[in-house]
Amino acid sequence: MAHFTKATSLHDWLNQRLAVDTLRRVLAKEYWIPKDINFLWAMGMVLAITFGLLLVSGIFLLMYYQPNVHTAFDSVNYTIMKEVEFGWLWRHVHGVAASVVFLIIYIHMFTGIYYGSYKKGREMIWLSGMLLFVSFSAEAFSGYMLPWGQMSYWAGMVITNLFSLGDLHMNGLVEWIRGDYVPGQAFLNRFFMLHVLLMPLIIMALIGLHFGTLRIPHVNNQEGEEIDFDEEAAKYKAGNKKESKVIAFANDFMAKDMFVVSIFLIFFFYLVFYHYDFAMDPVNFDPADGLKTPAHIYPEWYFLWSYEILRPFSTNVGLMAFGFAQVIFLLLPFLDKSPNAKPAHKRGIFKVWFWVLLADMIVLTAMGKLPPEGAFSTIGFVAALVFIGLWVILPIITKMEKEV
Amino acid sequence: MKNSSRRGFMGKAFGAVAGVGAVASLYAMKKTWDPLPSVKAAGFTTLDMSVYSGNKLVTEKWRGKPIFVLKYTPDMVKKAESDPKMKARTIKIGNDYFMITLGLCTHLGCIPGYNADDHSFLCACHGGQYDFSGDVTKAPPPRGLDIPPFKIDGMKVVLGEEGPEYKKMLQDGVTLRA
Repeated sequence: MAHFTKATSLHDWLNQRLAVDTLRRVLAKEYWIPKDINFLWAMGMVLAITFGLLLVSGIFLLMYYQPNVHTAFDSVNYTIMKEVEFGWLWRHVHGVAASVVFLIIYIHMFTGIYYGSYKKGREMIWLSGMLLFVSFSAEAFSGYMLPWGQMSYWAGMVITNLFSLGDLHMNGLVEWIRGDYVPGQAFLNRFFMLHVLLMPLIIMALIGLHFGTLRIPHVNNQEGEEIDFDEEAAKYKAGNKKESKVIAFANDFMAKDMFVVSIFLIFFFYLVFYHYDFAMDPVNFDPADGLKTPAHIYPEWYFLWSYEILRPFSTNVGLMAFGFAQVIFLLLPFLDKSPNAKPAHKRGIFKVWFWVLLADMIVLTAMGKLPPEGAFSTIGFVAALVFIGLWVILPIITKMEKEV
Repeated sequence: MKNSSRRGFMGKAFGAVAGVGAVASLYAMKKTWDPLPSVKAAGFTTLDMSVYSGNKLVTEKWRGKPIFVLKYTPDMVKKAESDPKMKARTIKIGNDYFMITLGLCTHLGCIPGYNADDHSFLCACHGGQYDFSGDVTKAPPPRGLDIPPFKIDGMKVVLGEEGPEYKKMLQDGVTLRA
């Protein structure tokens, strides 16, 4: 019923119109987090903060960046870097955050895999998270085009060429994506649009969905214990905070979350101020030149593992292997046939599978950066086969797993 | 009952309107992403073939893409004549013999480099190799360098137009439509 009384305070005035107390109760005070967790559970908040850093630094870069093939390079490397006061700060925050966000995403993902946080009702958390990973990849790639340096241009050339789909020779599709025979003005403009509007909109919608998917299953805990959240919440509310297995999201859990965020931010700004160069490829400080390929083309470190799965094979097989690598993580909840939603160390052979997968992806990443010659080529090839093999045996080894 | 069937009708009517609108919008969006007419119109390049010298690779530009032009030396002509695959890719203009191809690796579009000493191309990106007629000699490239549409006009070559020599190459499967 819409019945309003004279407000006793600003809070009461807002509360009558927007139900701010209910909102706060539902979203924070009575949103329950298990006690049995560790610092890895703070990665979600770290990611949210990093996304915020990207958004804010991006807004300031957008004030001077020019999406034009003749002026883009100078608008970044001269105007923003040399003329705009603190322009360097926004650029380095943006570049470093774009790199670090993937490091945290991978930690977040592998935490989920290790603790089985994609099983028994938590499938949607995993799926929405993987869609976020794909969207962040598209966002990172489209952003990488914008400074219009040599790596921007040639990465754009190579990645859009993938859409010719090997022997299907869909050159029309490639030209359609580019709006030209080669990456040019139309290409730069549309990737600019994707980077500053469409992909951020999709990412923000998916972040909302990702939070929503946590609501009913709640976050997992270190032992994979099935907690009766209603019962534990009742204990907490009755004052038995010590006995209860849960705490409130805010301010209890938030305090710890933000403590981890502070440590992360110190590390992050250390990189921004003293080691930003790792996120700034020297090749990209040469302006784009369609008639000169850089001697060695490689993506940023976070794409290297999937690039290395593409590289050692012939075009068609490579594309299929690449496509496999892109979608296979999405299917994890359905390929893991085990009845146990437990951490890997309680799951026997799955523990081996987990560490082999992690090690294999590190090997793929290292090989992706090296020139495709001699022993590196062979190691990369074997690592790519191991990656595919691991996913093929996953349903088999998890089916054999005994219930614990 | 009457109400619900009326509501059902309105629902279907909305569905029809929205469906037509969605298809029409998708069509407009697809066409908006198409290359512009000005981009397509700038797609012709004329080359004067009398200016090249033997075994010296020259990179021209057509549709923003690099075009390799390599004039054969007498030795190279001899070798190309003896190999039917190389011969099929060779373009004869006047009394001279040329390789004219897109300078983009057929694997993923990097620009291969030419080694004049052993008459071969090497792509630094993924290690693909080609002979001097542009035919592939080492994977991963799935095929030889693509030959752009060309029309011979005396000692001139127009890129972007399809002459009889180019059409024959297409028919024989020497190149794909670039």
